[in-house]
Amino acid sequence: MSILVIAEHDNKTIANASLNAIGAAHKIHGDIHVLVAGSSCGQVADAAAKIAGVAKVLKADAPELGHGLAENLAPLIADLGKDYSHVLAPSSTFGKNVLPRAAALLDVQQISDISAVIDADTFERPVYAGNAIATVKSSDGIKLITVRGTNFDAVAAEGGSAEIEDISSKGDSGLSSFDKLDVVESDRPELTSANIVVSGGRGLGSKENFAIIEKLADKLGGAIGASRAAVDAGYVANDMQVGQTGKVVAPSLYIAVGISGAIQHLAGMKDSKVIVAINKDADAPIFEIADYGLVGDLFEIVPELTDKL
Amino acid sequence: MKILVPIKRVVDYNVKVRVKADQSGVELANVKMSVNPFDEIAVEEAVRLKEAGKASEIVVVTIGPEKAQEQIRTAMAIGADRGILVKTDAPIDLGGVEPLAVAKTLKALVEKEKPDLVIMGKQSIDDDSNQTGQMLSALLGWSQGTFASKVEIDGDAVKVTREVDGGLETLSLKAPAIITTDLRLNEPRFAKLPDIMKAKKKELEVVEPAALGVDYTPRLSIVKVVEPPKRVGGGKVSSVDELVDKLKNEAKVI
Ligand SMILES: Cc1cc2nc3c(=O)[nH]c(=O)nc-3n(C[C@H](O)[C@H](O)[C@H](O)COP(=O)(O)OP(=O)(O)OC[C@H]3O[C@@H](n4cnc5c(N)ncnc54)[C@H](O)[C@@H]3O)c2cc1C
Repeated sequence: MSILVIAEHDNKTIANASLNAIGAAHKIHGDIHVLVAGSSCGQVADAAAKIAGVAKVLKADAPELGHGLAENLAPLIADLGKDYSHVLAPSSTFGKNVLPRAAALLDVQQISDISAVIDADTFERPVYAGNAIATVKSSDGIKLITVRGTNFDAVAAEGGSAEIEDISSKGDSGLSSFDKLDVVESDRPELTSANIVVSGGRGLGSKENFAIIEKLADKLGGAIGASRAAVDAGYVANDMQVGQTGKVVAPSLYIAVGISGAIQHLAGMKDSKVIVAINKDADAPIFEIADYGLVGDLFEIVPELTDKL
Repeated sequence: MKILVPIKRVVDYNVKVRVKADQSGVELANVKMSVNPFDEIAVEEAVRLKEAGKASEIVVVTIGPEKAQEQIRTAMAIGADRGILVKTDAPIDLGGVEPLAVAKTLKALVEKEKPDLVIMGKQSIDDDSNQTGQMLSALLGWSQGTFASKVEIDGDAVKVTREVDGGLETLSLKAPAIITTDLRLNEPRFAKLPDIMKAKKKELEVVEPAALGVDYTPRLSIVKVVEPPKRVGGGKVSSVDELVDKLKNEAKVI
Protein backbone atom coordinates (compact mmCIF):
# COMPACT_ATOMS: atom_id res chain seq x y z
CA MET A 1 0.00 0.00 0.00
CA SER A 2 1.11 3.55 -0.62
CA ILE A 3 -0.39 6.68 0.74
CA LEU A 4 -0.24 10.19 -0.66
CA VAL A 5 -0.71 13.02 1.83
CA ILE A 6 -1.52 16.45 0.43
CA ALA A 7 0.48 18.99 2.41
CA GLU A 8 -1.18 22.21 3.49
CA HIS A 9 1.17 25.17 3.51
CA ASP A 10 1.55 28.83 2.60
CA ASN A 11 4.60 28.34 0.33
CA LYS A 12 6.83 29.03 3.34
CA THR A 13 5.87 26.76 6.20
CA ILE A 14 3.98 23.52 6.41
CA ALA A 15 0.75 23.66 8.43
CA ASN A 16 0.51 21.60 11.61
CA ALA A 17 -2.60 19.90 10.26
CA SER A 18 -0.41 18.20 7.63
CA LEU A 19 1.53 16.47 10.42
CA ASN A 20 -1.71 15.14 11.90
CA ALA A 21 -2.76 13.85 8.46
CA ILE A 22 0.58 12.04 8.19
CA GLY A 23 -0.14 10.67 11.67
CA ALA A 24 -3.35 9.18 10.28
CA ALA A 25 -1.43 7.78 7.31
CA HIS A 26 0.83 5.91 9.75
CA LYS A 27 -2.25 4.17 11.17
CA ILE A 28 -3.15 2.90 7.69
CA HIS A 29 0.38 1.48 7.18
CA GLY A 30 2.17 1.81 3.88
CA ASP A 31 4.76 3.98 2.16
CA ILE A 32 3.98 7.60 2.82
CA HIS A 33 4.53 10.19 0.10
CA VAL A 34 3.79 13.87 0.51
CA LEU A 35 2.65 16.23 -2.24
CA VAL A 36 3.85 19.79 -1.89
CA ALA A 37 2.09 21.80 -4.59
CA GLY A 38 2.68 25.52 -4.57
CA SER A 39 4.59 28.39 -6.02
CA SER A 40 8.22 28.92 -4.97
CA CYS A 41 7.55 26.28 -2.36
CA GLY A 42 11.01 24.70 -2.24
CA GLN A 43 11.37 25.54 1.43
CA VAL A 44 8.18 23.61 2.19
CA ALA A 45 9.34 20.60 0.16
CA ASP A 46 12.63 20.62 2.11
CA ALA A 47 10.71 20.71 5.39
CA ALA A 48 8.40 17.91 4.23
CA ALA A 49 11.40 15.74 3.38
CA LYS A 50 12.54 15.98 7.00
CA ILE A 51 9.24 14.78 8.47
CA ALA A 52 9.61 11.46 10.28
CA GLY A 53 8.36 8.48 8.28
CA VAL A 54 7.97 10.21 4.92
CA ALA A 55 9.46 8.12 2.08
CA LYS A 56 9.18 10.62 -0.77
CA VAL A 57 8.17 14.20 -1.44
CA LEU A 58 6.56 15.17 -4.73
CA LYS A 59 7.12 18.82 -5.48
CA ALA A 60 4.97 20.64 -8.02
CA ASP A 61 6.16 24.22 -8.22
CA ALA A 62 4.20 26.50 -10.54
CA PRO A 63 2.61 29.96 -10.31
CA GLU A 64 -0.90 28.59 -10.82
CA LEU A 65 -0.51 26.35 -7.75
CA GLY A 66 0.45 29.21 -5.47
CA HIS A 67 -2.88 29.71 -3.76
CA GLY A 68 -4.25 26.20 -3.60
CA LEU A 69 -6.99 26.91 -6.15
CA ALA A 70 -9.05 23.74 -6.37
CA GLU A 71 -9.54 24.05 -10.13
CA ASN A 72 -5.77 23.83 -10.68
CA LEU A 73 -4.80 21.51 -7.87
CA ALA A 74 -7.52 18.83 -8.07
CA PRO A 75 -6.53 17.55 -11.54
CA LEU A 76 -2.96 17.09 -10.30
CA ILE A 77 -4.12 15.19 -7.20
CA ALA A 78 -6.48 13.06 -9.30
CA ASP A 79 -3.72 12.18 -11.74
CA LEU A 80 -1.22 11.27 -9.02
CA GLY A 81 -3.90 9.52 -6.98
CA LYS A 82 -4.22 6.71 -9.52
CA ASP A 83 -0.92 5.29 -8.28
CA TYR A 84 -1.89 5.23 -4.60
CA SER A 85 -4.19 3.20 -2.40
CA HIS A 86 -5.03 6.22 -0.24
CA VAL A 87 -4.94 9.99 -0.67
CA LEU A 88 -5.22 12.00 2.54
CA ALA A 89 -5.61 15.70 3.27
CA PRO A 90 -6.26 17.66 6.44
CA SER A 91 -9.89 18.39 7.18
CA SER A 92 -9.22 22.12 7.02
CA THR A 93 -10.86 24.61 4.66
CA PHE A 94 -7.96 23.83 2.29
CA GLY A 95 -8.55 20.06 2.31
CA LYS A 96 -12.34 20.37 2.32
CA ASN A 97 -12.18 22.62 -0.72
CA VAL A 98 -9.87 20.61 -2.94
CA LEU A 99 -10.17 16.92 -2.07
CA PRO A 100 -13.82 16.33 -3.05
CA ARG A 101 -13.04 17.89 -6.42
CA ALA A 102 -10.22 15.38 -6.91
CA ALA A 103 -12.45 12.55 -5.65
CA ALA A 104 -15.13 13.31 -8.24
CA LEU A 105 -12.50 13.37 -10.99
CA LEU A 106 -11.44 9.89 -9.85
CA ASP A 107 -15.05 8.72 -9.45
CA VAL A 108 -14.41 8.03 -5.76
CA GLN A 109 -16.78 8.59 -2.84
CA GLN A 110 -14.61 10.54 -0.40
CA ILE A 111 -14.62 9.78 3.31
CA SER A 112 -14.73 13.12 5.15
CA ASP A 113 -13.28 14.02 8.50
CA ILE A 114 -12.17 10.63 9.80
CA SER A 115 -11.60 10.36 13.54
CA ALA A 116 -10.14 6.82 13.60
CA VAL A 117 -8.62 4.22 11.27
CA ILE A 118 -10.02 0.72 11.80
CA ASP A 119 -8.24 -0.90 8.85
CA ALA A 120 -7.17 0.12 5.36
CA ASP A 121 -10.79 0.23 4.12
CA THR A 122 -12.68 1.06 7.30
CA PHE A 123 -12.83 4.35 9.17
CA GLU A 124 -14.77 6.12 11.88
CA ARG A 125 -16.21 9.56 11.34
CA PRO A 126 -18.49 11.80 13.36
CA VAL A 127 -21.89 12.58 11.86
CA TYR A 128 -24.83 14.67 13.06
CA ALA A 129 -22.59 17.23 14.77
CA GLY A 130 -20.74 14.45 16.55
CA ASN A 131 -23.89 13.07 18.15
CA ALA A 132 -23.21 9.80 16.36
CA ILE A 133 -20.06 8.07 15.21
CA ALA A 134 -20.36 6.12 11.96
CA THR A 135 -18.00 3.33 11.00
CA VAL A 136 -17.84 3.18 7.21
CA LYS A 137 -16.17 0.71 4.88
CA SER A 138 -15.18 1.88 1.43
CA SER A 139 -15.46 -0.27 -1.69
CA ASP A 140 -13.59 2.23 -3.87
CA GLY A 141 -10.23 1.19 -5.33
CA ILE A 142 -8.62 4.40 -4.08
CA LYS A 143 -9.62 5.95 -0.80
CA LEU A 144 -9.77 9.72 -0.62
CA ILE A 145 -9.93 10.88 2.96
CA THR A 146 -9.89 14.09 4.95
CA VAL A 147 -8.46 13.79 8.45
CA ARG A 148 -9.78 15.40 11.63
CA GLY A 149 -6.53 16.69 13.11
CA THR A 150 -7.54 16.56 16.76
CA ASN A 151 -7.97 12.77 16.60
CA PHE A 152 -4.48 11.94 15.35
CA ASP A 153 -1.13 12.75 16.91
CA ALA A 154 1.12 14.91 14.80
CA VAL A 155 4.24 13.11 13.59
CA ALA A 156 7.65 14.59 14.38
CA ALA A 157 8.62 17.39 12.00
CA GLU A 158 12.25 16.19 12.09
CA GLY A 159 13.99 12.87 11.72
CA GLY A 160 13.33 11.92 8.10
CA SER A 161 15.37 12.34 4.95
CA ALA A 162 13.07 11.69 2.02
CA GLU A 163 14.03 12.26 -1.60
CA ILE A 164 12.32 15.13 -3.40
CA GLU A 165 10.97 14.48 -6.88
CA ASP A 166 9.96 17.36 -9.13
CA ILE A 167 6.67 16.87 -10.92
CA SER A 168 4.84 19.17 -13.27
CA SER A 169 1.63 21.07 -12.82
CA LYS A 170 -1.43 20.36 -14.96
CA GLY A 171 -1.50 24.01 -15.92
CA ASP A 172 -3.86 26.87 -15.20
CA SER A 173 -7.51 25.98 -15.72
CA GLY A 174 -8.34 29.64 -16.27
CA LEU A 175 -11.53 29.10 -14.28
CA SER A 176 -10.60 31.01 -11.15
CA SER A 177 -8.01 33.40 -9.84
CA PHE A 178 -6.88 34.55 -6.44
CA ASP A 179 -7.56 38.17 -5.49
CA LYS A 180 -6.59 38.48 -1.84
CA LEU A 181 -6.48 36.98 1.61
CA ASP A 182 -7.50 39.13 4.55
CA VAL A 183 -5.82 37.72 7.61
CA VAL A 184 -6.34 38.83 11.14
CA GLU A 185 -2.74 39.12 12.32
CA SER A 186 -2.15 37.75 15.77
CA ASP A 187 0.75 36.63 17.93
CA ARG A 188 -1.45 34.14 19.68
CA PRO A 189 -1.13 30.41 19.04
CA GLU A 190 -3.07 28.91 16.14
CA LEU A 191 -6.55 27.94 17.31
CA THR A 192 -6.71 24.30 16.24
CA SER A 193 -3.34 23.34 17.70
CA ALA A 194 -3.30 25.58 20.80
CA ASN A 195 -2.85 24.03 24.20
CA ILE A 196 -5.27 26.45 25.83
CA VAL A 197 -8.32 28.03 24.20
CA VAL A 198 -10.49 30.76 25.71
CA SER A 199 -13.79 31.15 23.83
CA GLY A 200 -16.42 33.83 24.14
CA GLY A 201 -20.07 33.76 23.17
CA ARG A 202 -23.06 36.02 22.85
CA GLY A 203 -22.85 36.68 26.59
CA LEU A 204 -19.99 39.09 25.93
CA GLY A 205 -22.49 41.48 24.40
CA SER A 206 -20.16 43.52 22.19
CA LYS A 207 -16.89 43.64 20.32
CA GLU A 208 -15.46 46.01 22.94
CA ASN A 209 -16.38 43.69 25.79
CA PHE A 210 -14.63 40.83 24.01
CA ALA A 211 -11.36 42.44 25.14
CA ILE A 212 -11.70 40.69 28.51
CA ILE A 213 -11.50 37.34 26.68
CA GLU A 214 -8.32 38.52 24.95
CA LYS A 215 -6.74 39.54 28.26
CA LEU A 216 -7.51 36.17 29.81
CA ALA A 217 -6.20 34.32 26.75
CA ASP A 218 -3.00 36.36 26.76
CA LYS A 219 -2.43 35.73 30.46
CA LEU A 220 -2.68 32.00 29.74
CA GLY A 221 -0.77 32.11 26.45
CA GLY A 222 -3.86 30.67 24.80
CA ALA A 223 -5.75 31.07 21.55
CA ILE A 224 -9.13 32.75 21.18
CA GLY A 225 -12.23 30.98 20.00
CA ALA A 226 -15.87 31.96 19.72
CA SER A 227 -19.37 30.66 19.25
CA ARG A 228 -21.25 31.24 16.04
CA ALA A 229 -23.39 33.85 17.77
CA ALA A 230 -20.28 35.88 18.66
CA VAL A 231 -19.01 35.69 15.07
CA ASP A 232 -22.39 36.51 13.54
CA ALA A 233 -22.65 39.54 15.83
CA GLY A 234 -19.25 40.72 14.62
CA TYR A 235 -17.45 40.51 17.99
CA VAL A 236 -14.67 38.49 16.33
CA ALA A 237 -13.57 37.23 12.90
CA ASN A 238 -15.08 34.16 11.24
CA ASP A 239 -11.93 32.09 11.58
CA MET A 240 -12.45 31.91 15.34
CA GLN A 241 -15.71 29.98 15.17
CA VAL A 242 -15.51 26.69 17.00
CA GLY A 243 -18.08 24.02 16.22
CA GLN A 244 -19.78 21.67 13.80
CA THR A 245 -19.34 24.05 10.94
CA GLY A 246 -16.30 25.93 12.17
CA LYS A 247 -13.06 24.68 13.66
CA VAL A 248 -12.61 21.59 15.78
CA VAL A 249 -10.32 21.99 18.77
CA ALA A 250 -9.17 19.67 21.54
CA PRO A 251 -6.81 21.64 23.80
CA SER A 252 -5.77 20.61 27.30
CA LEU A 253 -7.87 23.47 28.63
CA TYR A 254 -10.98 25.02 27.04
CA ILE A 255 -12.64 27.91 28.80
CA ALA A 256 -16.14 28.71 27.53
CA VAL A 257 -17.32 32.14 28.58
CA GLY A 258 -20.89 33.29 28.01
CA ILE A 259 -21.57 30.32 25.71
CA SER A 260 -24.75 28.32 26.25
CA GLY A 261 -23.48 25.02 24.85
CA ALA A 262 -25.58 24.36 21.73
CA ILE A 263 -24.84 20.96 20.14
CA GLN A 264 -23.28 22.72 17.18
CA HIS A 265 -20.77 24.39 19.48
CA LEU A 266 -20.09 21.26 21.54
CA ALA A 267 -19.29 19.40 18.29
CA GLY A 268 -16.14 21.48 17.99
CA MET A 269 -14.78 21.35 21.55
CA LYS A 270 -16.11 18.43 23.55
CA ASP A 271 -12.91 16.41 23.09
CA SER A 272 -10.95 19.03 25.06
CA LYS A 273 -9.15 17.53 28.04
CA VAL A 274 -10.45 19.95 30.66
CA ILE A 275 -13.47 22.17 30.11
CA VAL A 276 -14.28 25.23 32.20
CA ALA A 277 -17.63 26.98 31.77
CA ILE A 278 -18.47 30.45 33.02
CA ASN A 279 -22.14 31.33 32.62
CA LYS A 280 -24.76 33.13 34.67
CA ASP A 281 -27.43 30.57 33.82
CA ALA A 282 -26.96 27.54 36.09
CA ASP A 283 -29.05 25.47 33.67
CA ALA A 284 -26.99 26.24 30.56
CA PRO A 285 -26.21 22.96 28.73
CA ILE A 286 -22.50 23.82 28.66
CA PHE A 287 -22.32 22.88 32.36
CA GLU A 288 -23.33 19.29 31.55
CA ILE A 289 -20.00 18.71 29.83
CA ALA A 290 -17.83 21.05 31.92
CA ASP A 291 -15.34 19.71 34.43
CA TYR A 292 -15.39 22.98 36.32
CA GLY A 293 -18.47 25.13 36.04
CA LEU A 294 -18.67 28.53 37.66
CA VAL A 295 -22.10 30.14 37.76
CA GLY A 296 -22.04 33.91 37.76
CA ASP A 297 -21.57 37.13 35.85
CA LEU A 298 -18.71 36.82 33.39
CA PHE A 299 -17.95 40.53 33.68
CA GLU A 300 -16.99 39.97 37.33
CA ILE A 301 -15.51 36.49 37.03
CA VAL A 302 -13.26 36.90 33.99
CA PRO A 303 -11.30 39.96 35.19
CA GLU A 304 -10.89 38.37 38.63
CA LEU A 305 -9.66 35.15 37.06
CA THR A 306 -7.22 37.04 34.86
CA ASP A 307 -5.86 38.82 37.96
CA LYS A 308 -5.46 35.69 39.99
CA LEU A 309 -3.63 33.61 37.42
CA MET B 1 -29.49 34.51 -15.43
CA LYS B 2 -30.94 31.26 -14.21
CA ILE B 3 -29.96 29.84 -10.83
CA LEU B 4 -30.24 26.26 -9.68
CA VAL B 5 -30.41 25.71 -5.92
CA PRO B 6 -30.08 22.14 -4.65
CA ILE B 7 -31.56 21.67 -1.17
CA LYS B 8 -31.79 18.78 1.27
CA ARG B 9 -34.34 17.51 3.76
CA VAL B 10 -32.54 16.95 7.07
CA VAL B 11 -33.31 16.49 10.75
CA ASP B 12 -33.96 19.96 12.18
CA TYR B 13 -30.89 21.47 13.82
CA ASN B 14 -32.64 21.79 17.16
CA VAL B 15 -33.26 18.05 17.44
CA LYS B 16 -30.87 15.99 19.50
CA VAL B 17 -30.66 12.82 17.42
CA ARG B 18 -30.68 9.34 18.89
CA VAL B 19 -28.79 6.37 17.53
CA LYS B 20 -30.93 3.36 16.57
CA ALA B 21 -30.70 0.34 18.83
CA ASP B 22 -29.60 -1.89 15.94
CA GLN B 23 -26.74 0.56 15.18
CA SER B 24 -27.84 0.95 11.57
CA GLY B 25 -28.26 4.72 11.71
CA VAL B 26 -30.09 7.41 13.64
CA GLU B 27 -33.75 7.46 14.54
CA LEU B 28 -35.73 9.41 11.92
CA ALA B 29 -39.26 8.36 12.81
CA ASN B 30 -41.36 11.20 14.22
CA VAL B 31 -38.45 13.62 14.12
CA LYS B 32 -38.88 17.19 12.91
CA MET B 33 -37.42 17.63 9.42
CA SER B 34 -36.35 20.92 7.84
CA VAL B 35 -34.44 22.42 4.97
CA ASN B 36 -30.72 22.06 5.69
CA PRO B 37 -29.82 25.50 7.15
CA PHE B 38 -27.00 26.13 4.68
CA ASP B 39 -29.40 25.41 1.81
CA GLU B 40 -31.87 27.91 3.18
CA ILE B 41 -29.06 30.47 3.00
CA ALA B 42 -28.50 29.38 -0.63
CA VAL B 43 -32.17 29.90 -1.50
CA GLU B 44 -32.14 33.31 0.19
CA GLU B 45 -29.05 34.36 -1.76
CA ALA B 46 -30.65 33.35 -5.05
CA VAL B 47 -33.82 35.24 -4.18
CA ARG B 48 -31.80 38.36 -3.33
CA LEU B 49 -30.05 38.12 -6.71
CA LYS B 50 -33.43 37.91 -8.36
CA GLU B 51 -34.73 40.88 -6.37
CA ALA B 52 -31.63 42.82 -7.42
CA GLY B 53 -32.52 42.12 -11.04
CA LYS B 54 -29.54 39.83 -11.61
CA ALA B 55 -31.41 36.55 -11.80
CA SER B 56 -34.45 35.69 -13.87
CA GLU B 57 -35.45 32.27 -12.58
CA ILE B 58 -34.70 30.15 -9.53
CA VAL B 59 -35.15 26.40 -9.73
CA VAL B 60 -34.81 24.33 -6.55
CA VAL B 61 -34.06 20.66 -6.66
CA THR B 62 -33.99 18.02 -3.97
CA ILE B 63 -33.24 14.33 -3.92
CA GLY B 64 -35.27 12.47 -1.37
CA PRO B 65 -38.56 10.88 -0.41
CA GLU B 66 -42.01 12.04 -1.47
CA LYS B 67 -42.18 14.12 1.71
CA ALA B 68 -39.22 16.22 0.62
CA GLN B 69 -41.80 18.19 -1.36
CA GLU B 70 -42.36 20.02 1.94
CA GLN B 71 -38.82 21.39 1.77
CA ILE B 72 -39.32 22.43 -1.85
CA ARG B 73 -42.46 24.32 -0.81
CA THR B 74 -40.49 26.04 1.96
CA ALA B 75 -37.92 27.18 -0.61
CA MET B 76 -40.71 28.36 -2.89
CA ALA B 77 -42.19 30.38 -0.05
CA ILE B 78 -38.84 32.15 0.31
CA GLY B 79 -39.01 32.92 -3.41
CA ALA B 80 -37.90 30.01 -5.61
CA ASP B 81 -39.94 29.80 -8.82
CA ARG B 82 -40.04 26.13 -9.63
CA GLY B 83 -39.12 22.80 -8.03
CA ILE B 84 -37.84 19.38 -8.98
CA LEU B 85 -37.99 16.35 -6.72
CA VAL B 86 -35.76 13.45 -7.68
CA LYS B 87 -37.70 10.83 -5.83
CA THR B 88 -35.98 8.00 -4.02
CA ASP B 89 -36.77 5.88 -1.00
CA ALA B 90 -33.08 5.22 -0.34
CA PRO B 91 -31.78 6.82 2.86
CA ILE B 92 -30.39 10.28 2.21
CA ASP B 93 -28.55 10.81 5.49
CA LEU B 94 -26.32 7.72 5.90
CA GLY B 95 -25.73 4.58 3.87
CA GLY B 96 -27.83 5.58 0.90
CA VAL B 97 -27.54 8.42 -1.58
CA GLU B 98 -23.98 9.65 -1.20
CA PRO B 99 -22.46 13.04 -2.17
CA LEU B 100 -20.94 11.66 -5.39
CA ALA B 101 -24.31 10.24 -6.46
CA VAL B 102 -25.98 13.55 -5.60
CA ALA B 103 -23.37 15.39 -7.66
CA LYS B 104 -24.04 13.08 -10.62
CA THR B 105 -27.77 13.66 -10.31
CA LEU B 106 -27.25 17.39 -10.20
CA LYS B 107 -24.94 17.24 -13.19
CA ALA B 108 -27.70 15.58 -15.21
CA LEU B 109 -30.13 18.28 -14.11
CA VAL B 110 -27.69 21.09 -14.88
CA GLU B 111 -27.32 19.71 -18.40
CA LYS B 112 -31.08 19.77 -18.75
CA GLU B 113 -31.87 23.07 -17.04
CA LYS B 114 -28.75 24.96 -18.17
CA PRO B 115 -28.42 27.33 -15.21
CA ASP B 116 -25.69 29.98 -15.17
CA LEU B 117 -25.04 29.55 -11.47
CA VAL B 118 -25.58 26.86 -8.86
CA ILE B 119 -25.82 28.00 -5.24
CA MET B 120 -25.89 25.30 -2.58
CA GLY B 121 -25.06 24.66 1.08
CA LYS B 122 -21.46 23.93 2.04
CA GLN B 123 -22.48 20.95 4.12
CA SER B 124 -25.58 19.14 5.21
CA ILE B 125 -25.94 18.90 8.95
CA ASP B 126 -26.78 15.18 8.93
CA ASP B 127 -23.77 13.44 7.41
CA ASP B 128 -21.55 16.54 7.62
CA SER B 129 -19.53 15.56 4.52
CA ASN B 130 -18.98 18.93 2.83
CA GLN B 131 -18.39 17.43 -0.63
CA THR B 132 -21.28 17.80 -3.04
CA GLY B 133 -20.64 21.31 -4.42
CA GLN B 134 -16.98 20.61 -5.06
CA MET B 135 -17.84 17.30 -6.74
CA LEU B 136 -20.50 18.84 -8.95
CA SER B 137 -18.05 21.53 -9.93
CA ALA B 138 -15.48 18.89 -10.92
CA LEU B 139 -17.98 16.84 -12.94
CA LEU B 140 -19.09 19.93 -14.86
CA GLY B 141 -15.62 21.41 -15.21
CA TRP B 142 -16.91 24.64 -13.65
CA SER B 143 -15.27 27.01 -11.19
CA GLN B 144 -16.06 26.73 -7.48
CA GLY B 145 -16.44 29.29 -4.72
CA THR B 146 -16.85 27.33 -1.51
CA PHE B 147 -17.76 28.56 2.01
CA ALA B 148 -18.93 31.89 0.64
CA SER B 149 -19.70 34.83 2.91
CA LYS B 150 -20.13 37.29 0.04
CA VAL B 151 -21.01 36.91 -3.63
CA GLU B 152 -20.80 39.72 -6.19
CA ILE B 153 -21.91 39.17 -9.76
CA ASP B 154 -21.00 41.31 -12.70
CA GLY B 155 -21.81 39.74 -16.05
CA ASP B 156 -19.94 36.47 -16.23
CA ALA B 157 -17.48 37.53 -13.53
CA VAL B 158 -18.27 36.22 -10.07
CA LYS B 159 -16.37 37.50 -7.06
CA VAL B 160 -16.61 35.32 -3.99
CA THR B 161 -15.37 36.01 -0.47
CA ARG B 162 -14.68 32.74 1.31
CA GLU B 163 -14.48 31.92 5.00
CA VAL B 164 -11.16 30.09 5.25
CA ASP B 165 -9.13 28.97 8.27
CA GLY B 166 -6.80 31.94 8.00
CA GLY B 167 -9.43 34.64 7.51
CA LEU B 168 -11.29 35.76 4.39
CA GLU B 169 -10.16 34.87 0.90
CA THR B 170 -11.45 36.57 -2.23
CA LEU B 171 -11.49 34.73 -5.57
CA SER B 172 -12.63 35.72 -9.03
CA LEU B 173 -14.51 32.98 -10.80
CA LYS B 174 -15.51 32.58 -14.38
CA ALA B 175 -19.20 31.78 -14.78
CA PRO B 176 -20.85 29.31 -14.87
CA ALA B 177 -19.85 28.64 -11.28
CA ILE B 178 -20.79 26.65 -8.21
CA ILE B 179 -21.11 28.61 -4.98
CA THR B 180 -21.37 26.89 -1.61
CA THR B 181 -22.71 28.95 1.26
CA ASP B 182 -21.33 29.64 4.71
CA LEU B 183 -23.25 30.99 7.68
CA ARG B 184 -22.42 34.66 7.20
CA LEU B 185 -23.62 34.95 3.60
CA ASN B 186 -27.06 36.19 4.65
CA GLU B 187 -29.84 35.70 7.14
CA PRO B 188 -32.75 33.89 5.48
CA ARG B 189 -36.11 35.64 5.77
CA PHE B 190 -39.16 34.13 7.42
CA ALA B 191 -41.70 33.35 4.74
CA LYS B 192 -44.95 35.29 5.11
CA LEU B 193 -48.32 33.57 4.97
CA PRO B 194 -49.29 34.89 1.49
CA ASP B 195 -45.95 33.61 0.17
CA ILE B 196 -46.57 30.22 1.74
CA MET B 197 -49.98 30.11 0.04
CA LYS B 198 -48.50 31.20 -3.29
CA ALA B 199 -45.80 28.52 -3.00
CA LYS B 200 -48.43 25.79 -3.02
CA LYS B 201 -49.37 26.70 -6.58
CA LYS B 202 -45.88 26.77 -8.05
CA GLU B 203 -44.79 24.08 -10.47
CA LEU B 204 -43.21 20.99 -8.90
CA GLU B 205 -41.95 18.23 -11.13
CA VAL B 206 -41.19 14.73 -9.83
CA VAL B 207 -38.57 12.66 -11.65
CA GLU B 208 -37.10 9.21 -11.11
CA PRO B 209 -33.32 8.83 -10.67
CA ALA B 210 -33.28 6.23 -13.46
CA ALA B 211 -34.63 8.82 -15.89
CA LEU B 212 -31.48 10.84 -15.18
CA GLY B 213 -29.26 7.79 -15.63
CA VAL B 214 -27.95 7.77 -12.07
CA ASP B 215 -27.46 4.85 -9.75
CA TYR B 216 -27.71 5.18 -5.97
CA THR B 217 -25.81 2.05 -4.94
CA PRO B 218 -23.57 3.27 -2.10
CA ARG B 219 -19.79 3.03 -2.25
CA LEU B 220 -19.46 3.26 1.51
CA SER B 221 -21.18 0.65 3.61
CA ILE B 222 -22.22 1.55 7.11
CA VAL B 223 -20.65 -0.96 9.48
CA LYS B 224 -22.30 0.62 12.49
CA VAL B 225 -23.47 3.91 13.94
CA VAL B 226 -22.96 4.37 17.66
CA GLU B 227 -23.22 7.09 20.27
CA PRO B 228 -20.02 8.96 21.02
CA PRO B 229 -18.39 8.25 24.38
CA LYS B 230 -20.22 10.21 27.05
CA ARG B 231 -18.30 13.02 28.62
CA VAL B 232 -18.65 13.14 32.39
CA GLY B 233 -19.21 16.77 33.29
CA GLY B 234 -21.37 18.66 35.69
CA GLY B 235 -18.58 19.56 38.14
CA LYS B 236 -18.98 22.97 39.78
CA VAL B 237 -16.75 25.35 41.68
CA SER B 238 -18.04 28.15 43.85
CA SER B 239 -15.40 30.83 43.43
CA VAL B 240 -12.58 32.02 41.22
CA ASP B 241 -10.08 30.99 43.92
CA GLU B 242 -11.40 27.45 43.90
CA LEU B 243 -11.27 27.39 40.09
CA VAL B 244 -7.64 28.53 40.02
CA ASP B 245 -6.73 25.99 42.68
CA LYS B 246 -8.41 23.12 40.81
CA LEU B 247 -6.83 24.05 37.49
CA LYS B 248 -3.39 24.18 39.11
CA ASN B 249 -3.51 21.30 41.54
CA GLU B 250 -6.19 18.89 40.39
CA ALA B 251 -6.32 19.17 36.59
CA LYS B 252 -2.73 20.46 36.39
CA VAL B 253 -3.40 22.27 33.13
CA ILE B 254 -1.96 25.67 34.08
C1 LIG C 1 -26.31 25.15 10.50
C2 LIG C 1 -25.84 25.64 11.82
C3 LIG C 1 -24.50 25.57 12.11
C4 LIG C 1 -24.02 26.04 13.31
N1 LIG C 1 -22.70 25.93 13.57
C5 LIG C 1 -22.21 26.40 14.74
C6 LIG C 1 -20.83 26.30 15.07
O1 LIG C 1 -20.02 25.79 14.29
N2 LIG C 1 -20.41 26.81 16.24
C7 LIG C 1 -21.27 27.39 17.15
O2 LIG C 1 -20.81 27.85 18.21
N3 LIG C 1 -22.58 27.48 16.88
C8 LIG C 1 -23.06 27.01 15.69
N4 LIG C 1 -24.39 27.15 15.42
C9 LIG C 1 -25.22 27.99 16.31
C10 LIG C 1 -25.70 27.31 17.58
O3 LIG C 1 -26.88 26.60 17.31
C11 LIG C 1 -25.98 28.37 18.67
O4 LIG C 1 -26.93 29.28 18.19
C12 LIG C 1 -24.75 29.15 19.11
O5 LIG C 1 -23.69 28.26 19.42
C13 LIG C 1 -25.07 29.99 20.32
O6 LIG C 1 -23.98 30.81 20.67
P1 LIG C 1 -23.82 31.31 22.18
O7 LIG C 1 -23.73 30.13 23.08
O8 LIG C 1 -22.72 32.28 22.20
O9 LIG C 1 -25.14 32.15 22.39
P2 LIG C 1 -26.40 31.87 23.32
O10 LIG C 1 -26.96 30.53 23.08
O11 LIG C 1 -27.27 33.04 23.20
O12 LIG C 1 -25.76 31.83 24.75
C14 LIG C 1 -25.25 32.94 25.43
C15 LIG C 1 -24.96 32.50 26.85
O13 LIG C 1 -24.33 33.56 27.55
C16 LIG C 1 -24.80 33.57 28.88
N5 LIG C 1 -24.62 34.92 29.40
C17 LIG C 1 -25.20 36.08 28.97
N6 LIG C 1 -24.74 37.12 29.68
C18 LIG C 1 -23.90 36.63 30.60
C19 LIG C 1 -23.12 37.21 31.65
N7 LIG C 1 -23.13 38.54 31.89
N8 LIG C 1 -22.36 36.41 32.41
C20 LIG C 1 -22.34 35.07 32.19
N9 LIG C 1 -23.04 34.46 31.22
C21 LIG C 1 -23.80 35.24 30.43
C22 LIG C 1 -26.24 33.16 28.77
O14 LIG C 1 -26.69 32.60 30.01
C23 LIG C 1 -26.20 32.12 27.65
O15 LIG C 1 -26.04 30.81 28.17
C24 LIG C 1 -24.91 26.63 14.24
C25 LIG C 1 -26.26 26.69 13.95
C26 LIG C 1 -26.73 26.20 12.76
C27 LIG C 1 -28.19 26.28 12.47
